[in-house]
Amino acid sequence: MGVLFSYFKSLIGAREMRILILGLDGAGKTTILYRLQVGEVVTTIPTIGFNVEQVTYKNLKFQVWDLGGQTSIRPYWRCYYSNTDAIIYVVDSADKERMGISKDELFHMLREEELADAILVVLANKQDIPGCMSLKEVHQALGLEALKNRTFQIFKTSATKGEGLDMAMEWLANALKNRK
Amino acid sequence: MSSFKRDKKEEEDGGGNPFQNIEKTTVLQEARIFNETSVNPRKCTPVLTKLLYLLNQGETLNAKEATDVFFAMTKLFQSKDVILRRMVYLGIKELSPIADDVIIVTSSLTKDMTGKEDMYRAAAIRALCSITDATMLQAIERYMKQAIVDRNSAVSSAALVSSLHMIKLAPDVVKRWVNEAQEAVNSDNIMVQYHALGLLYHIRKSDRLAVTKLIAKLTRMSLKSPYAVCMLVKEEDSGNDSPYFEFIESCLRHKSEMVVYEAAHAIVNLNVQPVESWHRPLASFSCSVVHLNQLFDLLLSIATLAITTLLKTGAESSVDRLMKQIATFVSEISDEFKVVVVQAIRALALKFPRKHSVLMNFLSAMLRDEGGLEYKASIADTIITIIEDNPETKETGLAHLCEFIEDCEHVSLAVRILHLLGKEGPKTKQPSRFVREHTSATRCCQMDSDDEVRDRATYYSWILNKQDKSLYNNYILDTLQVSIPSLERSLKEYTQGDTDEAFDIKTVPLAPVRSDEEREVKHKAEGMLVSQGPTKLAPISREENFAEKLSAIPSIQNLGPLFRSSEMVELTESETEYYVRCIKHCFTGHMVLQFDCLNTLSDQLLENVRVQLDPSENYQILVKFPENDLPNSIGTFGAVLKFIVKDCDPTTGLPDSDEGYDDEYMLEDLEVTLADQIQKVNKVNWAAAWEEAASNSVELEDTYSLSSMNSLDEAVKNIIQFLGLQPAERSDKVPEGKNTHTLLLAGMFRGGIDILVRAKLAYTDSVTMQLTVRSSDANVAELITSAVG
Repeated sequence: MGVLFSYFKSLIGAREMRILILGLDGAGKTTILYRLQVGEVVTTIPTIGFNVEQVTYKNLKFQVWDLGGQTSIRPYWRCYYSNTDAIIYVVDSADKERMGISKDELFHMLREEELADAILVVLANKQDIPGCMSLKEVHQALGLEALKNRTFQIFKTSATKGEGLDMAMEWLANALKNRK
Repeated sequence: MSSFKRDKKEEEDGGGNPFQNIEKTTVLQEARIFNETSVNPRKCTPVLTKLLYLLNQGETLNAKEATDVFFAMTKLFQSKDVILRRMVYLGIKELSPIADDVIIVTSSLTKDMTGKEDMYRAAAIRALCSITDATMLQAIERYMKQAIVDRNSAVSSAALVSSLHMIKLAPDVVKRWVNEAQEAVNSDNIMVQYHALGLLYHIRKSDRLAVTKLIAKLTRMSLKSPYAVCMLVKEEDSGNDSPYFEFIESCLRHKSEMVVYEAAHAIVNLNVQPVESWHRPLASFSCSVVHLNQLFDLLLSIATLAITTLLKTGAESSVDRLMKQIATFVSEISDEFKVVVVQAIRALALKFPRKHSVLMNFLSAMLRDEGGLEYKASIADTIITIIEDNPETKETGLAHLCEFIEDCEHVSLAVRILHLLGKEGPKTKQPSRFVREHTSATRCCQMDSDDEVRDRATYYSWILNKQDKSLYNNYILDTLQVSIPSLERSLKEYTQGDTDEAFDIKTVPLAPVRSDEEREVKHKAEGMLVSQGPTKLAPISREENFAEKLSAIPSIQNLGPLFRSSEMVELTESETEYYVRCIKHCFTGHMVLQFDCLNTLSDQLLENVRVQLDPSENYQILVKFPENDLPNSIGTFGAVLKFIVKDCDPTTGLPDSDEGYDDEYMLEDLEVTLADQIQKVNKVNWAAAWEEAASNSVELEDTYSLSSMNSLDEAVKNIIQFLGLQPAERSDKVPEGKNTHTLLLAGMFRGGIDILVRAKLAYTDSVTMQLTVRSSDANVAELITSAVG
């Protein structure tokens, strides 16, 4: 009885987790957001600004902010950094040319004081596209081996096919739970 | 219940406005709670309300403050609270002009406008358009197009109105939405149809042909929305020959009053000939509007416009019906609008003089109603205008006015009407009722607190009580005719001199008779009952001017007062070498001739210039009228200009030598005429003076044939000019088509001798005149009859 009660408390009493989905434009952030929220692929247009949705995953409530990835929108990311529990960084695995830019933006962001404690999930998205970079290649191209003192994991996903997202969320939910 | 009580108490404490003491800095501080991870709508909504309140009170934020609070506000999008979200939309709209980077909410708003929550959609569209610029508009274009044709009318209207705002910003983008707007025009919702038409019109505004096509199409399809019809009428200005005129005309019978009003307005502006069939709809419209205006003040102006339109465009045959309809509501509208109605009636009366009895009765009924000065004055004004325009109405009009002043509380108006009654009353068929009015007024005035009023009232009532016609004529009808400045001067001289003789008022020069035009102006001013600005000072007469100059010459001083100065008479042509003109100054017993000589030659200097007169018999040279021989006071002088000529340099004007030679120059003969010796006198009541003169004057009568005159008009002009007398009672105007006419004249011969002349004229082949002269001096009478012969 007591065990059951404390289990519920840990679910209900826990505050809503705040998650940012970031990444370059066209990486698939909005598609991932709605895949997570409604479990379907929705038609999206380039996000001017942000989308914010409540996502429930395995009885955990996430407040997910999908911020636009266009060059003009990126400077506004910082406005939404405070109180962030986790960052989902989405990379278009087929966009080899801009991998460098993606890396720069990632490290630029991670330098922010406000995000010091945030858990990082990197999604190597668009794995369904033939000829895309593998998980290892993306890991390398982003220079993730340089990350120290940060809880982080990289997953390969295909948002349109709904592959890999579950695993990533599973890991994130656990990581958030175990953080304290 | 308890909260209601508390609110009430707060109100009594003066704490009615919960936002009274809020400060900008505090509110901006409070807005930080927007940044908290989980949004609490119950806390955030009041903060946002305070912020909006401040902005609406005119509080300003700088760009930094606005941007900070704007970005904090964007965090509120995570809350699904409907009220809070709608407050956020308002906040976005308020802050979008001040804050930077407001496009950050574009995606969120786009989502809301296309989402399932209807409470968000319309407001999101409006907020979205407030943050969108020309480049961003293309990004949301697809959604705007969808929204325009949305089934939800609020969404469609919001999209249409927002598009209308955006058209200023990005005309090219919005123009691409024309098909959607076109579809929305077919909407069943009246507001959507109206807004769609507005957008459509603005899209095509610059293309005259497209507008014409649009209107042509829409006038055929009978729009559901009265607002849209109004707009169509408003934008329709193709002129009266177009087929759309029929459409506007048909709108007069539209079931919506708003459309009728707009159509009436359009018609008034088109300035076309009114059509009788419009009047019934317009009339019923104005009636119903007047009932409505008890609810809406705004409609008053519409009602007034409808009434004016009605009266402006009315035809003669409909006047009776119109007046009956107006009578039903005129008592319900305010004074201000009654005045407008009165003015319209005035226009109607001038247009249709035959309808005067209906209009006059209506006005008199209005006059009896309650009302302020301005309203009453405008009625009286209108009645007077009608009287002036149409002599038939004089009796009834004056009667109405007379009745009105019996218990009129507006003093200034009563005075003006009394004045008019005094002028016009005696000429009516029953003057007695107007006389009664004046007698009672005079009686009141004898008790007035003002000295002058009392004096004048006493003066007039004393004279009137004497029942003496001669007194009436001399002291009431034809009062002092002397020139006031001259009288002042004469009296001053008299008091300074040490003579024992009584002051003779006849020695004072008469004031010049005002010309017809001057009188006309004055007459009008009296009739209109409106102020014409301060009255001008009486101009100084020519005589007064000359008297001043002549009295400076010693030998002229003892000739007595100047009686009359003639017009300038030319004794040479104006282009000749020596230009000589003469003014004849007539004194009681002398005549002074003033010669103005101008040497037009630049190479001659004239010295010792004099005019040698060759006087007719009985004149003593140096200006003496022939005494006791009046018939010879008219005569002709030969005149020669004599002078010494010295040649001179035309440029310097200096004489070449001191030597000169005598020369002379023949001038035209100088005539001393009868008119030179007569001053015009204006007799207000010529007949009374004539009657009075029968007993105390000499009368001479003669008949003449004026063979050189070809018309009565010409004869009248010549007689007036020859005798130099003033025509009385407008007898100088010969009515057209008449063969007989009586000319009545009055004047004064030098020395203060009264002259009255009656000339009965008849025209057959030439003019025959029977001239009757009455004068206090037999010689003068004889002079006149003989001079004419």
